[in-house]
Amino acid sequence: MPEQLEGSVAVARTVARCRPQVVCAYPITPQTHIVEGLSVLVREGSLAPCEFVNVESEFAALSVAIGASATGARTYTATASQGLLYMAEALYNASGLGLPIVMTVANRAIGAPINIWNDHSDSMSQRDCGWLQLFAEDNQQAVDLHVQAFRIAEELSVPVMVCMDGFVLTHAYEQVELPTQEQVDAFVPLYQPRQVLDPQAPITIGAMVGPEAFTEVRYLAHETQLRALEVIPRIGAEYAEVTGRPGGALVSAYNMTDADIVVVAMGSVLGTLKDTVDELAADGTQVGVVGITTYRPFPAAAVRAALADAARVVVLERAISPGVGGPLTADVRGALAGLSTEIVTVVAGLGGRAITRPSLRAMLLEAGRGALDLLTFLDLDLPQIQRAQLTGAGR
Amino acid sequence: MTTDVKFYQVGSFAVGNRLLSRDLRTVQSEETRANALTCGHRACRGCGEALGARYALDTAIEATKGKLVVVNATGCLEVFTTPYPESAWQVPWLHSLFGNAAAVATGVASALRAQGREDIRVVAQGGDGGTVDIGFACLSGMFERNDDVLYICYDNEGYMNTGVQRSAATPPAARTATTPAVGPEPGNRFGQGKDVPAIAMAHRIPYVATATVADLHDLEAKVRRAMELRGARYLHVLVPCPLGWATESDETIKIARLATQTGLFPVFAAENGDVVDVTPIRHHVPVDPYLEAQGRYAHLFAPSRRADVIARIQAEADRNIVRYDLLGRRGGT
Ligand SMILES: Cc1ncc(C[n+]2csc(CCOP(=O)(O)OP(=O)(O)O)c2C)c(N)n1
Ligand code: SF4
Ligand SMILES: [Mg+2]
Repeated sequence: MPEQLEGSVAVARTVARCRPQVVCAYPITPQTHIVEGLSVLVREGSLAPCEFVNVESEFAALSVAIGASATGARTYTATASQGLLYMAEALYNASGLGLPIVMTVANRAIGAPINIWNDHSDSMSQRDCGWLQLFAEDNQQAVDLHVQAFRIAEELSVPVMVCMDGFVLTHAYEQVELPTQEQVDAFVPLYQPRQVLDPQAPITIGAMVGPEAFTEVRYLAHETQLRALEVIPRIGAEYAEVTGRPGGALVSAYNMTDADIVVVAMGSVLGTLKDTVDELAADGTQVGVVGITTYRPFPAAAVRAALADAARVVVLERAISPGVGGPLTADVRGALAGLSTEIVTVVAGLGGRAITRPSLRAMLLEAGRGALDLLTFLDLDLPQIQRAQLTGAGR
Repeated sequence: MTTDVKFYQVGSFAVGNRLLSRDLRTVQSEETRANALTCGHRACRGCGEALGARYALDTAIEATKGKLVVVNATGCLEVFTTPYPESAWQVPWLHSLFGNAAAVATGVASALRAQGREDIRVVAQGGDGGTVDIGFACLSGMFERNDDVLYICYDNEGYMNTGVQRSAATPPAARTATTPAVGPEPGNRFGQGKDVPAIAMAHRIPYVATATVADLHDLEAKVRRAMELRGARYLHVLVPCPLGWATESDETIKIARLATQTGLFPVFAAENGDVVDVTPIRHHVPVDPYLEAQGRYAHLFAPSRRADVIARIQAEADRNIVRYDLLGRRGGT
């Protein structure tokens, strides 16, 4: 039965139904409501047995998760922005050790300048850390992806980030249907760790590996990520069977028939984009939308298949790699290598700047005329930049 | 006529002596010892850290009847024991990062608790750098939450694994690769010190103790006591490093003993924030022979004797002696 819930509350309750045994967290906006919710569920005893550990930093949060996961406990944490960067060293460690930790990233910009609002710079900055990254389009999908994340993580023995836009999703109240406890129990079986710290059968985890085997270790990690490209849709299909709702996929596609232009995007902006292309369709302009649900591993073949018929592709980026442009564009270009598709980048919605339908509409019409530069900043306030340059603040 | 046969070793308190009565023997003297850290590791000859770790863990294993999990910070101990595909560890052992051993151990303890397996105990261990510098926040967090972990710091007073650089545990005037013996004030500068056992005590955790590899009976007793207790416990063990201190590899024990006999390294135990036991100095010596025996202090004796610097170091030793009443002048503890 659908309920009217805040995104964070929906995620907290869903995670609890996955029965994590250790939850650790350090507060950072806009992740706070999720871990607050879980702390209540643990305290009141509705999530048990579970240890909720209040730690002194995100580095410690993920380190506690590493210890717990290596001991065979299902483990969850959540963070955002500066917190994710503060974890960076431990992120690589968790994936290197093959620990199936699930973590929510409530996507938020990175400072300076400090900014608590939404964009994708945080998780994108960690795209090469060996974690899977799934991006939710709305809160229903955020809920559904979390349940699947535990299955995917434990089947592949890799950690998974479920990324949901800060505020836009975490703090939004909308109709969400949570999977029931019975459904989750049927779908996510008891965690069977691949290896575990156990005095009965002592093993060494985290040995020092030299040049003679390091490449092979990394090769295997790459292979595991490629396997995820098969595992994610399979588990998604199973999830659909159990819950009757669509399961996670690699990519999503909308309004693709006769679309010359296709916009590629991730996260909550997909909703606004779909509304915008509906408006454009009513006016006789067909623009398709491809959503990237699985950002890591990057589903290059699925992206290529989805974009095969597009003459022009606009990659809408919620992050920027200064001096380069958009991080997602590089992946899309790679996926379309050898095709003559025209690819442009539009950087939009940094640090919580609203991405409005009128702006998208104008941009897409321009794209249709082939008038967009290789790199465009949506709604760039030029007078503000000129003022900053005049006062020297821009330097 | 019968004469009493005197076994030469009966009177010896050597750690390997099996002729001592059972209660005085070390775990290490027993053939049933666990050999947590077995042969084949790559430590330098005379490494105090390897010695300390072996005694500490074998005792913890005995105290827990083998139900032990060990978390290790990055550092010499981690590197010389686990060159893949080999491992010198006979215990379940996890290395994650340099600065997070205390937090990882909290995670292990939390998981064991959630799984109802609290009979399995957790030891975290690291060098002084991994403990008092980069791992300090995680350590303090673990103390403050009173997580059920014994953390053992093997203090060799520097970043040895990376080639003997200065850490916050490096003593004043000591030469390291980043505090070279050049200029008017050679070696490490005199700071305010970072007394981590005292900081641990300020957290009022159940148990804080110091020990050295010169008194392995004492080290074992302290690990045993620590494992009798639950909650956060901290053991700070002085482990001379022949490579970093520029000492002879057969002098590790002697150097550690001098560190205690001078008062530079006070040996004590504290429970719930209060000192409950101090090991008195039996043969008090000035700091000179301790410093002279180590190449890292060579610049204090040649080309000319730096009496001023030696006096400052002596003052630190004297302050410890007063503070912990190491000469028993206050009459018992
Ligand atoms: C985050 C990070 N910074 C630096 C290092 C490099 N590093 C590895 S071991 C080590 C020194 C370890 O010193 P200590 O903890 O005192 O142990 P020891 O080797 O002296 O026993 C350093 C600096 C690292 N591995 N990780
Ligand atoms: S450098 Fe020092 S601490 Fe490291 S193995 Fe050698 S003696 Fe031991
Ligand atoms: Mg050291």
